Amino acid sequence: MDVAIVGIGIHPFGRTPSLTGLQQGAYASRLALQDAGVEWRDIQFAFGGSISAGSADTLVNELGLTGIPFINVANGCATGGSSLISAFNAIKSGQYDIGMVAGFDKHDRGAFNADPKALGIGEWYGEVGMMMTTQFFAMKIQKYMHDYNISTDTLAKVSEKAFINGSKNPNAWRREPISVEEIASSMMVNDPLTKYMFCSPSEGAVSLVLCRADHATRYSNTPVYLKAATMKSRRFGSFEVFAPSQALQQVDGPTVDAAKAAFEMAGVGPGDMDVLQLQDTEVGAEIMHMAENGFCEHGEQEALIQAGATHIGGAMPVNTDGGCLANGEPIGASGLRQVYENVLQLRGQAGEHQVPGDPKLAYTHVYGAPGISAVTILQK
Amino acid sequence: MTKQVPIAEGLFTWPAERPALLASRCKNCGIASFPAAQSCMACSGQDVAVEELPGRGTLWTWTIQQFMPKTPYRSNETAETFKPYGVGYLELPGGVRVEGRLTENDPQKLHIGMEMDVVFAPFRTEENGDEVINFFFQPVA
Ligand SMILES: [Zn+2]
Repeated sequence: MDVAIVGIGIHPFGRTPSLTGLQQGAYASRLALQDAGVEWRDIQFAFGGSISAGSADTLVNELGLTGIPFINVANGCATGGSSLISAFNAIKSGQYDIGMVAGFDKHDRGAFNADPKALGIGEWYGEVGMMMTTQFFAMKIQKYMHDYNISTDTLAKVSEKAFINGSKNPNAWRREPISVEEIASSMMVNDPLTKYMFCSPSEGAVSLVLCRADHATRYSNTPVYLKAATMKSRRFGSFEVFAPSQALQQVDGPTVDAAKAAFEMAGVGPGDMDVLQLQDTEVGAEIMHMAENGFCEHGEQEALIQAGATHIGGAMPVNTDGGCLANGEPIGASGLRQVYENVLQLRGQAGEHQVPGDPKLAYTHVYGAPGISAVTILQK
Repeated sequence: MTKQVPIAEGLFTWPAERPALLASRCKNCGIASFPAAQSCMACSGQDVAVEELPGRGTLWTWTIQQFMPKTPYRSNETAETFKPYGVGYLELPGGVRVEGRLTENDPQKLHIGMEMDVVFAPFRTEENGDEVINFFFQPVA
């Protein structure tokens, strides 16, 4: 049994002081129900996650107490992806016909505050100032630039593109284009990455209604099919965030593994994808994830990005809604935002940020601590 | 007299004439891990022995922390006295790549592949006057 996405809803990302994270989640859920033309009481199950805005299952207080199983999912940046996998399997197994996936969050300003103990690391690691995801991303791209000749100008061009795409997306947080010069000369945060090359914690919510594929046209004239949803954790020897040490022999990270599994599940290859949403916690991540997901060889990003290939009109559009850089990162909602964007793209409803040429296959990818990755492939 | 205490037990030998970082090495697969652990992340083996890591290695990658981190960061610095610091992975031959703070914070003076020594120095002073010792990586003179 295939699985279809027949309803999507979003609460704009950014800062919404007047609403709690949960209320933003309810807002997105109502829009998703409306989009599918169903009522909350029609929903047979739900999976959801939020890191900083309370338990996702309290959404039932807003939406109604119907007695359905609502399972909370907490998997860092892969929370949305993990919810989606769970819903995918719940429908594929034949247990349910229709359900919902919800993700919302509301974080404080500033860099995420990670707790070493929660991740099984000694307190000394945080005390000396190494419990910083931004340092990991900076060190990973520093090494990558050294090994594969990526220029600092290319780093800035990734941010420039993100803010251009954000300016075309009414649900994005950052909606003003910023020049390459301003990005490159903004405050250095972790060399070689400047302030405008990083995303920030933010707020937002996304909900999706999924159903068995043979029921899809009851709910939607434009169903989008979930062909693959995979999630992997790190293997020994991969270079990951929050690692006091790493092995001398390096192996591929969880992104490579999740991508391969997804392509195998969907029976398609990287070259078949028409639009890509790749985790861009900062610009280096987007660059490296292009190759890790199989969309180019290591080092080819320099020429591709300089030639504009990753822009909306390019051969390989990446993060067409502005990505994390322009939307910020409400962790519980971030992965589902990518899926929302791809459903819009495949329906041809993305407006100013629509990729041309009637896209048929779309790809999402997230990566997060302590070395996890989730991928989806959607097809119309 | 000032007492010097290590930032965590078991991270490195202290006090010692020639202090060294401590790793565990798996007797089954030979993989080393820092800090020393009870089991092997590579093969799940539990037969591990603690050993001293070499004191000199090559810089694998690095960055500079330009702003003062929030808690759990715990130094004696204030927003006014904070100085940016380097962080990097030092590849220790035959061992592992260990992440640590660098004594150098000038990006012009850091490059991948340079030789560095593992050194031990005070990181902060506790309210009772104890000096807390941490390990750092220092460019070879
Ligand atoms: Zn072993």
